[in-house]
Amino acid sequence: MSQNLAMIVNGHPTSVTVEDPQMPLLYVLRNDLGLKGPHFGCGLAQCGACTVHVDGQAVRSCSYPASEAAGKNIVTLEGLGTPERPHPLQEAFIAEQAVQCGYCTNGMIMESAALLARTPRPTEAQVREALANNICRCGTHPRVVAAVLRAAKG
Amino acid sequence: MNAIPMNRRSLLKTGGALVVTFALGGAPRGAVAWTEKSVATDQVGTFLAIDEQGRVTIFSGKVDLGTGVRTGLMQIAAEELDVPLGRIRVVEGDTALTPDQGPTYGSLSIQSGGVQLRAACATARRALLQEAANRLGAQPEALKVEEGVVIAPNGRRASYAELVGGRAFDLKVDTAAPIKPPAARRVVGRTIPRVDIPAKVFGTFEYVHDVRLPGMLHGRPVRPPALGATAEAVDEASVRHIPGMVQVVHQGAFVGVVAETEWAAIRAARELKVRWSDWAGLPDQAKIWEHVRATPVAEVQVTSERGNVAAAVQGAAKRLSASYDFAIHTHGSMGPSCAVAEFRDSKLTVWTASQATHNLRKQLGMMLGMPVEQIRCIYKEGAGCYGRNGHEDAAADAALLARAVGRPVRVQWMRADEHGWDPKGPPHLVDLRAGLDAQGNIVGWESEAFIPRGAGGNVALTAAELARLPYENQINPGNIIHNLAVPYTFPAVKTTCHRLATTPFRPSWIRTPGRMQNTYANEAFLDELAAAAGADPIEYRLRYLPRDETRGREVLERVARLANWQTRPSPQRDTSGERVRGRGVSYVKYELNRTYVAAVAEVEVNRATGDIRVTKFWCTHDCGQIINPDGVKSQVEGNIIHTLSRTLKEEITFDRSAVTSLDWASYRVITFPEVPDIVVDLIDRPEERPWGAGEPAAAVVPSAVSNAVFDATGVRLRSVPFTPAKFKAAAEGV
Repeated sequence: MSQNLAMIVNGHPTSVTVEDPQMPLLYVLRNDLGLKGPHFGCGLAQCGACTVHVDGQAVRSCSYPASEAAGKNIVTLEGLGTPERPHPLQEAFIAEQAVQCGYCTNGMIMESAALLARTPRPTEAQVREALANNICRCGTHPRVVAAVLRAAKG
Repeated sequence: MNAIPMNRRSLLKTGGALVVTFALGGAPRGAVAWTEKSVATDQVGTFLAIDEQGRVTIFSGKVDLGTGVRTGLMQIAAEELDVPLGRIRVVEGDTALTPDQGPTYGSLSIQSGGVQLRAACATARRALLQEAANRLGAQPEALKVEEGVVIAPNGRRASYAELVGGRAFDLKVDTAAPIKPPAARRVVGRTIPRVDIPAKVFGTFEYVHDVRLPGMLHGRPVRPPALGATAEAVDEASVRHIPGMVQVVHQGAFVGVVAETEWAAIRAARELKVRWSDWAGLPDQAKIWEHVRATPVAEVQVTSERGNVAAAVQGAAKRLSASYDFAIHTHGSMGPSCAVAEFRDSKLTVWTASQATHNLRKQLGMMLGMPVEQIRCIYKEGAGCYGRNGHEDAAADAALLARAVGRPVRVQWMRADEHGWDPKGPPHLVDLRAGLDAQGNIVGWESEAFIPRGAGGNVALTAAELARLPYENQINPGNIIHNLAVPYTFPAVKTTCHRLATTPFRPSWIRTPGRMQNTYANEAFLDELAAAAGADPIEYRLRYLPRDETRGREVLERVARLANWQTRPSPQRDTSGERVRGRGVSYVKYELNRTYVAAVAEVEVNRATGDIRVTKFWCTHDCGQIINPDGVKSQVEGNIIHTLSRTLKEEITFDRSAVTSLDWASYRVITFPEVPDIVVDLIDRPEERPWGAGEPAAAVVPSAVSNAVFDATGVRLRSVPFTPAKFKAAAEGV
């Protein structure tokens, strides 16, 4: 049965109709709203590529039912910052060139943004632990860690 | 008369229409004029166009697989043409527009593709200068170029746009056209930030996964639960209740679903009831190496031979032998493979992250019974593939589904499709024997690899196999024989590859195919010989490297200094603690004719748990001329981390019917806390030719780790992955 869902996405009040309330939020964001930041990686909440913020918490949108997002505040990579008003992490990822294929980058930045919101001055070990469930296959790990620490320094 | 032969008609049809289409970066369009532009690799116009605004378009058959090579190619063009980077754009891997420079593999994008582009740019520059000389009344050698403007000594100027803009070069590439000498270079050899990274951190980058066409449907393949099973009955009614369901497609063992929305397609793929036949043709995983040894040999290749090795080993004072094996791996791309296919006016356009769009085009033509002229494959970046993963197969799935439904179809695999059905890095087994004289000198070295037949050709499309459609019936695991021959001068040596007729899973290449597994066996076994000889592992290597191999000697000597290497034999004196540390070295001359790499790994081993931590990794790397130092460093880091993951953790699991490691919980990869500190030492040789950097550093990783574990513990690991269980088993066998 279709259902209307109202939520705030990247600051904009948004309403979408979903046929299946159990459909993960990721498909609303990518296909109904045309966002390209969050990526489908595993559909199992194992890799982190789909991470978005729901009311400030880092959430795996591939496994988060769209209906759960009703009435909540969703922020994706596009909403975190823009070239005109970048988030410190986005600047730091560019400064450290902490990207190869970039498919995991969304999750790296969104998970790290949630970390910095909780722990503004993390140690290197805390950064590594916070990202322990985010997979990167290209091997950008040292640069990602350096970027997060750079952003934390401000 | 114009000094630059140009072809106005051809540019109007290509640069005018298609190039501008791409520059706008909007939604991809269907093919317009598919074979109008030259894609012949001996034509300047194949690689290069300059429009009326002086903007330069590079057409590259080599594609950026997330490695940063796009930026490197732009640097090469900017350097030779003296145009700002911001005025250059790159069209990659479009069969209608770009040359067939071979697949993007083998660490050849800069070494081969970049050098071809450089020659085209240098040829164009010479012609532009000649034309400017004619117009400005000056000698070509008196002219200089700044930001795409030719300037004569008297100050008169002519821009590239004025000289050529809007017309196509009709000029043969001259590989002898002079290139910029090192002292004059301003862009090449410098770290330039990658052009793709800003869009990737702001979420605006368009991957193949983001391609959307008007009227596009979503498809999912429904793969058999057993590799060789066929679909005996498909119950279409089982998914009819799903809103947005469009069609079930069934042909032989190929089954797919198409729906209006992606979620409907995912649900349908899960819920579709199919009666599959039984199949259990895989070997017992517990006996994989017995299976490999028992596989019929199709061909025997002796890759190096000197002296009478059998007699030398037989007569030696000390004889050693060992077997090294390397597990079956998946590419494990972050993004499951994806493609979009559209049939229009009996032509097929496919948007794909294929590393070989020209080859894919031929394969699709064969599968579909279509002339290749009616097929266009357009590269769009995907998640890193590290070789031939499932991208081509997703393209074949999308093409079959799009043909069946008559509308554009986007296919993205699920994680289980990727882990279960991407082609696999095949099992790799090497036996080695050697003899030492009484002083510990190597008198004979013999190795035999047991590896599947085939080379770097096309990997069969899964959809074609399943649907019983035509495909090239052959296996191609990559050029996996390289680096079994050793870079050292032993008095007697023989290296043999037994090319097996079959291998359990459809094979393909994964980063550094064969070269890494062979180097692992060689460099670990050499370490065994050094230990038997009581020699320091680096001194032992230098003893057998030819005197005139100065670049090889240099990387070893430099990495020794970098890692503060203490000269002594392995293992270390006291290996008895519960937590012990050690260091290991490894060396490769890639394919024995290019990039030199030496590395030192430092490990900490917990003898009680068997847990191995790599704590530090030093690497000295000489790939000749460097185009972008930070780009090379990034590739070297990636090689090391990716291969540490493969060395320590990765191995597919399977039962007699199919792969059972279908997610990241069952196929473990390296995590942030496990990644060591990495120190990369690049040697730049601006006067030399550029060699590849996308693979060579991977070759030294497993052996450096094995050697470090031996140094720490006295336990020799000869079976990848080096899991705690394998360590404990090996330790008990000591």
